[in-house]
Amino acid sequence: MAYLVEINSLSASYGDNTVLEDINFKIYDHDFIGVIGPNGGGKTTLLKVILGLVKPVKGKIIFNRKLLIGNNTGYLPQIATGDLNYPVTVSDVVLSGLMIGKGVVSRVSSQDKERVVEVIEELGLTSMRRSSLSELSGGQLQRVFLGRAIIGNPKLLLLDEPGNFVDTNFEKDFYDKLRELNSRMAILMVSHDIGTISSHVKSFACVNRYLHYHPSSEISNEQLLAYGCPIQLITHGDVPHTVLKHHD
Amino acid sequence: MEGSIFQYSFVIKGLLGAVFASITAGLAGTYIVSKRMVFLSGGITHASFGGIGIGYFAGFNPLIGAAVFAILSAIGIEYLSVRQKIREDSAIGILWALGMAVGIIFIYLTPGYTPNLISYLFGSILTVTNADITALGVLSVVLILYFVIFYRSILYISFDETFARTYSSYVDIFKYITTSLIALTIVLNIRMAGIVLVISLLTIPPNIAMLFTRVYSTIVIGSIIAGFIGTVTGYVIAYFAGIPVGATVIFSLGTIWIIAKLVNQLCKTKPDSGDHDVKSKYL
Repeated sequence: MAYLVEINSLSASYGDNTVLEDINFKIYDHDFIGVIGPNGGGKTTLLKVILGLVKPVKGKIIFNRKLLIGNNTGYLPQIATGDLNYPVTVSDVVLSGLMIGKGVVSRVSSQDKERVVEVIEELGLTSMRRSSLSELSGGQLQRVFLGRAIIGNPKLLLLDEPGNFVDTNFEKDFYDKLRELNSRMAILMVSHDIGTISSHVKSFACVNRYLHYHPSSEISNEQLLAYGCPIQLITHGDVPHTVLKHHD
Repeated sequence: MEGSIFQYSFVIKGLLGAVFASITAGLAGTYIVSKRMVFLSGGITHASFGGIGIGYFAGFNPLIGAAVFAILSAIGIEYLSVRQKIREDSAIGILWALGMAVGIIFIYLTPGYTPNLISYLFGSILTVTNADITALGVLSVVLILYFVIFYRSILYISFDETFARTYSSYVDIFKYITTSLIALTIVLNIRMAGIVLVISLLTIPPNIAMLFTRVYSTIVIGSIIAGFIGTVTGYVIAYFAGIPVGATVIFSLGTIWIIAKLVNQLCKTKPDSGDHDVKSKYL
């Protein structure tokens, strides 16, 4: 099967602080990978390395140019990195996802505008397309930034803690949407909320300086130990049950 | 009739000055207000006084000194806060006063001639030369072309720099060019508005426009119009009352802002209260 991205013995650091070490990892077409691990374990850095925001100190990252034309990667950042009071409209923000692969002198074609209308409608934001971001709820913001990430029809979608936008009303819709998108693109999703994501992702990557890849979507004890703290598990069944760590 | 010829060119000069000041301040102002760079721009403005002092002392055009100081202090603040880990507001506070101090020292060291400090601090239309107007005119054209050609790039980089870095390797170049153009806008407007007041010339018009729209390009156009009305009104008052023009322009703009705010508040209250009633029925 053709890979989209291949990471070879890669290390990344901030100053003297090594965050990722000897990472070997491949992302294939239609993958849906949950990236889990403790805070500060390097999950976000892994995404940033793939996006080119952090330069690796060792190793390399190879993009399959046959599939990823013009580094066609969609990105939903952890928290809205932009200023929510900035005077931009929902349409403007979604449109900015089309800047990838355009020159600095970027004209907006009528095709681009149609695509913006299409994506905004797909995400149920039509009535808000002229609103500024400060007028939106958390769930609506999440959809605006998801719109920005997918408008260019990327082959790889990188999501950093999408649950952080916190809007439980839209959570189910959001994961349904991701499942649908997964038929068109590979998804790499960072999350601490392993309980929620385990029923959506196809496989797991545990990141805590090193990366361990688990092809199935079941969570093993070994994975939980990477956290080094009590983990709560909620599973589906006739009676929902919660498993807590043993008492000492 | 020498008086009438003088009067005529004075009016034309004033009008051209008002047009160019509104255009440059509207474009640069919308950027700094949106990006929350007002305090930074205030620092750059005051630091540039150092260049004015050195210009007088060394005998070259003080505004060239001011431009050099403005651009260097903009880069200096960035350097101190990012590379030397000094908090940005502290870096601004340091360079703000340091520039003023250097300016005062060199002006007092200049033998024989002490320039009219008041005109640099508070602005004066009488000291505005044809060369100043021409420079502002050229800057207006440059700024218009820059913002029209690169509108989307500038907007998206200033809205979300991190995301912009995922697709563009020109983010830093754009930031440096835009900051330099803002520094030039400030310096060229100093002659008219004065060092102490020029920051309001950039800040008030976009804030007036933002009361009515949240669309960036509309804010720019609104700021230019508001800036022009305020500037011309300020000129007229300054001319008849013999007050420094910077003060009257800023006073006019401030008054327009207060009126606009009141109008905006009145317009908002009516539909808003209706909305609350509807909501409360369902909650």
